[in-house]
Amino acid sequence: MKALMFGWEFPPHILGGLGTASYGLTKGMWENGDMDITFVIPKPWGDEPNDFANIIGANSTPIAWRDVNWDYVQTRIGNVMDPQMYFNLRDHIYGDFNYMSTNDLGCIEFSGRYPENLLEEINNYSIVAGVIARTVDCDIIHSHDWLTYPAGIHAKQVTGKPLVIHVHATDFDRSRGNVNPTVFSIEKDGMNNADHIITVSNLTRRTVIEKYGISPDKVTTVHNAVEPLNEELLNLPIPPGKQNKVVTFLGRITMQKGPEYFVEAAAQVLHKVNDVQFVMAGSGDMMDKMIRLAAKRDIADRFHFTGFLKGKQVYEMLKASDVYIMPSVSEPFGISPLEAMQMGVPSIISKQSGCAEILDNVIKIDYWDTNAMADAIYSIIKYPAMYNELRNQGLAEVNQITWDKAGAKVINIYRNLINR
Amino acid sequence: MKAICFYFQIHQPFRLKHYRFFDIGNDHYYYDDFADDDIITRIAQRSYLPANQMLLDMIKENGKKFKVAFSISGTALEQLEQYVPEFIDSMKELAATGCVEFLSETYAHSLSSLYDPEEFVAQVKAHDQKIHQLFGQKPKVFRNTELIYDDDVAAMVQAMGFKAAITADAKHVLGWRSPNFLYNSASAPKLKLMLKNSKLSDDISFRFSNPEWASYPLTADKYIHWINELPQEEQLVNLFMNYDAFGELQPRESGIFEFMKALPRFAAECDIQFWTPSEVVSKFKPVAELAVPYPMSWTDEARDTSAWLGNTLQQEAVRKLYSIGERVRLCTDRRIKQDWNYLQASDHFFYMSTKHNDDGSVHSHYSPYDSPYTAFTNYMNVLSDFMTRVEEQYPASIDNEELNSLLLTIRNQEQEIEKLHREVEMMRNNIVKDTTGDFPVDEEPVKEPESEPVKEEKPAAKKPAAKKPAAKKPAAKKPAEKKPAAKKAAAKKAK
Repeated sequence: MKALMFGWEFPPHILGGLGTASYGLTKGMWENGDMDITFVIPKPWGDEPNDFANIIGANSTPIAWRDVNWDYVQTRIGNVMDPQMYFNLRDHIYGDFNYMSTNDLGCIEFSGRYPENLLEEINNYSIVAGVIARTVDCDIIHSHDWLTYPAGIHAKQVTGKPLVIHVHATDFDRSRGNVNPTVFSIEKDGMNNADHIITVSNLTRRTVIEKYGISPDKVTTVHNAVEPLNEELLNLPIPPGKQNKVVTFLGRITMQKGPEYFVEAAAQVLHKVNDVQFVMAGSGDMMDKMIRLAAKRDIADRFHFTGFLKGKQVYEMLKASDVYIMPSVSEPFGISPLEAMQMGVPSIISKQSGCAEILDNVIKIDYWDTNAMADAIYSIIKYPAMYNELRNQGLAEVNQITWDKAGAKVINIYRNLINR
Repeated sequence: MKAICFYFQIHQPFRLKHYRFFDIGNDHYYYDDFADDDIITRIAQRSYLPANQMLLDMIKENGKKFKVAFSISGTALEQLEQYVPEFIDSMKELAATGCVEFLSETYAHSLSSLYDPEEFVAQVKAHDQKIHQLFGQKPKVFRNTELIYDDDVAAMVQAMGFKAAITADAKHVLGWRSPNFLYNSASAPKLKLMLKNSKLSDDISFRFSNPEWASYPLTADKYIHWINELPQEEQLVNLFMNYDAFGELQPRESGIFEFMKALPRFAAECDIQFWTPSEVVSKFKPVAELAVPYPMSWTDEARDTSAWLGNTLQQEAVRKLYSIGERVRLCTDRRIKQDWNYLQASDHFFYMSTKHNDDGSVHSHYSPYDSPYTAFTNYMNVLSDFMTRVEEQYPASIDNEELNSLLLTIRNQEQEIEKLHREVEMMRNNIVKDTTGDFPVDEEPVKEPESEPVKEEKPAAKKPAAKKPAAKKPAAKKPAEKKPAAKKAAAKKAK
């Protein structure tokens, strides 16, 4: 089966969970066999893993004819794409886009991030998708998250193949209810045009059905999974000189993640015990406010901010932690508790997180219930049996949550659509 | 001829209230009275009371040919006395018919048989005393919490003088053997064993109203027929179940009460009788020995103790609890004793089970907590507070033996004071009688010199007394007034 996927991020250059999930799912589907996947991203760097999917960069897809020779193409974009692919794509330019700002290869430049002119980039991406859809043979089209919905719709119109859209998040999650009308209309348009919608949790599925008015039989939940960690990360040393218990919040410090509840719970715990430290790792627009709040609660000496952590630092932080907390107000899925569990860290998550639907060996609390959160933290750091049970059972559980199972579900959805 | 032996279990734990870590050290009341009241009243109204009425009617109708046995935990009795006193009256009425036997068990429905033999014996005694006080019967047959049984338990039960014990028919123990015989214990050969017939028991208590069950609907006719069809030599059918099967697990409208009422009539047609466990034990002979090296129970698919001790949370909680058992038994504080009882209820550990299969749903059905982890957290918070209280009474810095001997000294001396007091009293009376009350002066000189030697003897008396607590004689010779001295000494040590 041939699938044409549109995504926005792909490891190792990722900004959030979307890239990780896209990567994991693609790989998981490939592991099921008989899948030929073409994955389009705005701006490949050349170091993306491509053994299980063909990566096409939107920024190396020509939309205007340029008379260039093989060698030139090879030197320009040889590191990310086979030049032959460039010429194939060039043969399928479907309109005159010379009015647009294109480069020497006839391609549009993409930032591949979330810039100010994001809407323009989304539109450009959809123009490029037209060329790709005409070039690449496919049985099904799969769009990851709202940024790529227009591209998916365009590809569907060109090829007549069924479109699956994958909802990794909705604007209701990101904005705590203050939805941006433009984003909403793009999302809604994508959902209307899709032949099937995949959501990452039942929570998101309900949002799609209730807030976007989509028929329930068109929406299926496929929960995310995690990639097994490599030995190097698992065997990271515990930082020397660690004496106190460490409770960690790891993520963007934004309204969606509920950082203030973490601070309040920390204040309660520190009121009773003092051989424990709290860490808020990450950055975001609420960071300064949180620093002030911690100071106001008089716990600043035991409450630490690390700033943004990346790559290996994340795992070093987890390795040093005794408790992981994700008090998200609204989390479509939330992959980070699973990573914490992989590192053997007992986790506390909010019931408002999608991953709460599939996890048993974690403590689930309401994000606003700081009392319950404090109770849970206290219990894990004070009662060794609690720590060990959550750690061991959590490890066993998370190791069962693999992408190939999620991939099989998606393939099944494809089959049903193609045979319809 | 065949015999059916019915036994019903009634148990309710004292549920813990939401107890936060802030409460540790501040709040010493642990129970959710509202929930207890609510649950026991509901179950009593829907199940226990109508079922009692049903049994009473059946006994009247069948001229005392219908007999049953009950096992009611001490905590359940306490709750029933408090919230549903009419149930106790109705039970007394049943007891008065002479067709009801009460079984022995641990007072708190505890797991003490597996962890704390001394506590186990104490609880069984406490329970039997309670039964005797309420219903005037001395239990002769023993039934452990959730039918937990192994060879060690058998030995303890026999040592306490019970003729028989009731337990489950775990497949891994019985193998090809049938539960429909009387067995005896391998470790305590005089102890007879009655095994639950799971299939026929659960047909009533779990499957009766399930329309998806192949044998639905179950009628008394059909049921007695099944029993009659059993091989000739299998004469005993033990039907053990929770009493709330009537009216609660199987709702009234399922016809469960009518089913029961119809049983004796069909049974009589097939010459099937209803016996109490004591009757069974006296009339049947055990056919074989049963060795049970590992504990079995009647709960969950595995029929072992994994429902209470299956994960590290449960093991830790039980271990912590019984680690202070010896200390608590030294305490005399009634509230500590009471909390100790209530905290031992096996239910608290049942709630901590992390089984996720079919068994797991049973656990979460009964649990007041939304997850086993919350159950553990709450229990451990309560236990922490309880342990601090015990610690305050007798600090852990004094080891048990030393403390024990000190306490024993105090107790011995208390007894002696008592005795000497009586003697003094008696002598005084004699004097009064003989001399018509002329020598009140005589007594005072006795008292005065007594109070002085106390201070002198204190350092000397303390040590030998502590080392030889059992040596009564030297202590007995010393004047009675040593009591305050010894107490002070113990108190000093304690602080």
